[in-house]
Amino acid sequence: MIDFKLSPEQELIRKTVAEFAAEVIAPMAAELDEKQEFSMELTRAIARQGYLGIIVPPEYGGAGACALTYCQVIEEVSKACAAQGVTMSLSNSLVAYPIMTYGSEEIKRRYLTPLASGEKLGCFALTEPNAGSDSSNQETTATDGGDCWIINGSKIFISNGGVADFAVIIASTNRAAKIRGLSAFIVDKGTPGFTIGVKENKLGIRASNTAELVFQNCRIPKGNILAAPGRGFRIAMDTLDGGRVGVGAQACGIARAAYEAAHKYAKERKQFGSALVDFQGIAHKLADMKLDIETTRLLTWKAAWLKDNKKRFAKDAAMAKLYGSEMATRVAHQAIQIHGGYGFIKDYPVERYYRDARILELYEGTSEVQRMVIASYVLGV
Amino acid sequence: MLIIVPIKQVPDTNDVRIDPETGTLIREGVPSIVNPEDRHAVEMALVLKDQAGGGKVVVVSMGPPQAEIALREMLAMGADEAILLSDRAFAGADTLATACALAHAVRQLGQYDLIICGRQAIDGDTAQVGPQLAEFLQIPQATYAQDLRLEGGKIRVERAVEGEVQVLELPLPALVTCLKEANKPRIPTLKGCIGAFREKPFQVWNASRIKVPLEQIGLKGSPTQVRRTFTPPPRGQGIVLTGDPQQAVQTLVQTLREKGIM
Repeated sequence: MIDFKLSPEQELIRKTVAEFAAEVIAPMAAELDEKQEFSMELTRAIARQGYLGIIVPPEYGGAGACALTYCQVIEEVSKACAAQGVTMSLSNSLVAYPIMTYGSEEIKRRYLTPLASGEKLGCFALTEPNAGSDSSNQETTATDGGDCWIINGSKIFISNGGVADFAVIIASTNRAAKIRGLSAFIVDKGTPGFTIGVKENKLGIRASNTAELVFQNCRIPKGNILAAPGRGFRIAMDTLDGGRVGVGAQACGIARAAYEAAHKYAKERKQFGSALVDFQGIAHKLADMKLDIETTRLLTWKAAWLKDNKKRFAKDAAMAKLYGSEMATRVAHQAIQIHGGYGFIKDYPVERYYRDARILELYEGTSEVQRMVIASYVLGV
Repeated sequence: MLIIVPIKQVPDTNDVRIDPETGTLIREGVPSIVNPEDRHAVEMALVLKDQAGGGKVVVVSMGPPQAEIALREMLAMGADEAILLSDRAFAGADTLATACALAHAVRQLGQYDLIICGRQAIDGDTAQVGPQLAEFLQIPQATYAQDLRLEGGKIRVERAVEGEVQVLELPLPALVTCLKEANKPRIPTLKGCIGAFREKPFQVWNASRIKVPLEQIGLKGSPTQVRRTFTPPPRGQGIVLTGDPQQAVQTLVQTLREKGIM
């Protein structure tokens, strides 16, 4: 039986998140984007609503919500501000998820509880200068120092990197073993040898923080490892699979914002004596945009449903992420087109949506990587 | 401290259209919301509970089964318990019959300290149910509250009346109706929403549960009935008197006299 209806609980969550997003987040979005500012104040307000620990189990202070509910929250917040959507999404799917799935009881208590309350922020560090799409090519090493692990190397393009209180990182404990030699660790901010490098100047999601992490003989406690040594690549891939469902929801959020702005403009703007929306060329654009958003939502919700029902969802998550990210760019592109010249200037929000949408095709696996993932499943290779 | 907040689920009047043929509301496809001032009443109750250092906020609503969602939303805001008065016997109630049913429900809740209502509902705009409820219960009331404080076992209420502020002190138990100026209702948190469905007590009470005589509720218990709803025809254009002020005043006075206003 297929049911496309959200539960009353999910409806209420969606409604209240939309209310919070419209009242608290949206009014700040343009200014934070312009100043390229990560707002700690706004992040704390988002945390107070419980949005940084959506999937964290209640025993660790989270809401313990399912993936489908998680998608509702991410979509509504991303609609108001894509950058806040990123901060939230990474806190849940890239930081909380690997800790709650692979962390020891002590690790879970130490990191999940403050993460869910917003007392501490986290980040997830996989990408390196020579490990982008080829994420297995990790040059960061973790050597056994007896009573500690000694980390050396650097991570780039790390969302929340400059503001996080701790980082979940992937490093090689055995370079000769390649993929099977990777492991996942948690490094606290302030640990000697762990510094923040350059803060990136970005095209979009400018109100999120993206920075480089540098490790030089950084010694961390022996217990700060997730699962056993050698499980790192599995942890990273599992983490990204879940993250991709969230990217589908981000895509829906950004695209809805673009669609709504375009729809409103098309009703108000008159040319040749008629509202733009009365021209078939514009009406059809809006119809296509709506269709595109709806398609992404179905793919995303299906992937979330599979995850919630403990079924394999990696292929479906990749499809939702791939289709959604390219869709968001398409829809934002059309939103600017409908606005004409006004869409190109910063007095209207659609240029921001266009810039924000672009990251979706790059992070958590580029479109090319998603096609690799999907192909490997559908071709059985 | 037990605070009771009666709330109403109403059609979102921002979305309401009127059928020009029949003059009735087109309710189809119109979303239902919690009456805006009732959200302020719940906020007032929650703040007061915190000030009192504990207690319980119980939200009550009379309505069809769908009104459950409105009560759940108030639980998500922070109310502790919800009771839905739902029974076919309640249907067709005017404000008196509604207040009567609410009064019987309140009596079932035992000893309470305060009842806070929204000033009025956006669908009926009567502002009667709060005051009527206080009369049924024979407790003091203060309407149009813009501020409410607990002071030594009593409440101090600021009433906004006709451009003035009247300060009243009331012994408890009492009933207060609150204005939207009183506060800013909190937006439910994620955990609040989940707890509202999974943890907090929610009960449905019928007419026999609240021990109310059937002739006092619903259509039977309603001395007033809506005969017709219509949209008043648009008013004609006003007249603007221009030119010489003396002449204009004369014309004005003459017109007012003709209309019997002066």
